[in-house]
Amino acid sequence: MRYLEAGQLHKVSFTLNGDAVEGEAEPRMLLSDFLRQKLGAFGTHVGCEHGSCGACTVRLDGKAVRSCLLFAAQAQGRAVATVEGLAGPDGLHTLQAAMQKHHGLQCGFCTPGILMSLSQLHDEEPNADEARIRDVLSGHICRCTGYDGIIQAALDVFGKG
Amino acid sequence: MKPAAFDYARPDNLDEALALLANRGDRARICAGGQSLGAMMNMRLATPEVLIDIAGLGELQGIAIVDGAIEVGAAVTQDALLRWPELGERQPLLAQMLPWVGHYQTRQRGTVCGSLAHADPSSELPLALTLLRGEVVLRSQRRRRVVQAKDFQVGMMATAVAGDEMIVAARFPLAPDGTAFAFHEVAQRHGDFAIVAVAAVGDKNGVRVGVGGVADVPSVINLTWPVTDLALNEFAWALGGADDQHATVRYRRELVRRIGKRLTGEVYDALP
Repeated sequence: MRYLEAGQLHKVSFTLNGDAVEGEAEPRMLLSDFLRQKLGAFGTHVGCEHGSCGACTVRLDGKAVRSCLLFAAQAQGRAVATVEGLAGPDGLHTLQAAMQKHHGLQCGFCTPGILMSLSQLHDEEPNADEARIRDVLSGHICRCTGYDGIIQAALDVFGKG
Repeated sequence: MKPAAFDYARPDNLDEALALLANRGDRARICAGGQSLGAMMNMRLATPEVLIDIAGLGELQGIAIVDGAIEVGAAVTQDALLRWPELGERQPLLAQMLPWVGHYQTRQRGTVCGSLAHADPSSELPLALTLLRGEVVLRSQRRRRVVQAKDFQVGMMATAVAGDEMIVAARFPLAPDGTAFAFHEVAQRHGDFAIVAVAAVGDKNGVRVGVGGVADVPSVINLTWPVTDLALNEFAWALGGADDQHATVRYRRELVRRIGKRLTGEVYDALP
């Protein structure tokens, strides 16, 4: 059994966007805080911290999940993907480029989380229709765009496969 | 919005988890997906001394048909059950209700049994379990017992699980031939907590109507055909309930009457 005592720092290691990373965390440290405070990966944003807003969404072993509802220790040995890993050497990920083209963001606070959800959906269901895209995006709150630009961006990418 | 300090335990098997519960059960919480408990801990509404993480236990990952029911292990996510190929045929009501449980992102981590353990009065899964007359399988070092859904949830966010016990599985009976079902929910946003959720299952003799979001626990009534407005009105009033920031209890009663009428009509029309 793995047993980590409260109030003590424990080593946590996992892969972040394919690279091995490690740091120290108390059991109570949220994965979202670990990413930002221990690893300096500020792409993941922290909003409501109770799983409602979706800003902190990352991919854990490929699945889009709330990093504020995971403890850093629970990511031990797993694969974590964040928005920092989306763009490649040739530039923005197609989803990012579409968000830019269709004004799918304004302040950008919700954008990293939305991109991580859409990236999983695109990997698994590249031909998802608008209803499915809206269903997945219902797990995210955006206070700037009114969502239309986000939907248009997604529709520009999905259904091309 | 940060949790209070706790010891984190990740047992390698169920026996280790039960041993830990036997020693420290009153101050421990089981964490499977953590999609309800994590939020409670972040808000410090839950402050366990020990968090026992069972998400990785292979013996709790199963979905199987056992004795006429779908038995869902305590580490099975809502998404995994939704993707189980037999669900739509074996228990179509559950297949219809699951997409209403939280969001895509929380369903991939949140478990079926965790939602039952959390026992939120507006949650879909406790409503489904109660309406379908399901069961919850509990284990402790002392014993194993099976609790009927009607005896499982004893109040708002309160269950029959003792301090040294944990849920190891939930059982949803298979849909019998000759039945029809319907479900509808009103929430501020799809995936948010239900203001009122109504599910109905019927056969040629009558219909069971279940309501979540009004009383402290999911409530079920058995009605015979034809279902009258009077019967639904009496049911709506019997639920009690209270005003909160989302809706007044008067509005909730109106939803129960209207959705109840619509769904019982759908069930009747769909009967074979």
